[in-house]
Amino acid sequence: MLFYSVFKRLIGKEIVVELKNDLALKGTLHSVDQYLNFKLLDVQVIDEERFPHMVRSSSSRARKASVKNCFIRGSVVRYVQIPPGELDPEVLQDSTRTEVAKEHASR
Amino acid sequence: MAKKLSSLIDSPVSIITNDGRNIIGTLKGLDQKLNVILEECYERVFSKEAGVEQVTLGLYIVRGDNIAIVGEVDEHKDSGTDWTSIKAEPLKHIVH
Repeated sequence: MLFYSVFKRLIGKEIVVELKNDLALKGTLHSVDQYLNFKLLDVQVIDEERFPHMVRSSSSRARKASVKNCFIRGSVVRYVQIPPGELDPEVLQDSTRTEVAKEHASR
Repeated sequence: MAKKLSSLIDSPVSIITNDGRNIIGTLKGLDQKLNVILEECYERVFSKEAGVEQVTLGLYIVRGDNIAIVGEVDEHKDSGTDWTSIKAEPLKHIVH
């Protein structure tokens, strides 16, 4: 549940989600749920030349994206890149430890 | 998660499955496990040698486990894309 709240705090920020099929999507985090499924708005594909499959900005002037918003299943996410300064790793480390300690205490 | 997607019912969606297929169709229903019903759907087959080939599939039910991405399709922009000129390697499988 800890990482759920971490991601909830990132709602509205631009993140990059890298999938387990090497596809990486950049977009504004719209929502997240308990399974860490993500919904991204204004999606852009990183390395569009290689992956024109869902989002395609035309080679000419106008930006074209056939998929603008998308839902990503949590189970296929490999990495999430968070904008610098959005997360304090020390605070996160402390919170993970207190969470583990709590679990131990309740057992 | 189903709540977020139920607003997309009756609108066109593009689904990428865990084995890298791209299925486009009208979302007719879904449940909390993300199983989806797609009406009048077709698959876009990508290849390095030839442009995108569209294969008609019809009515499909896709099990949620096999779904990686559900994208909202902007029909206007999608129809403005000349898919037959797009060549790309098929997407890789999801490797857990």
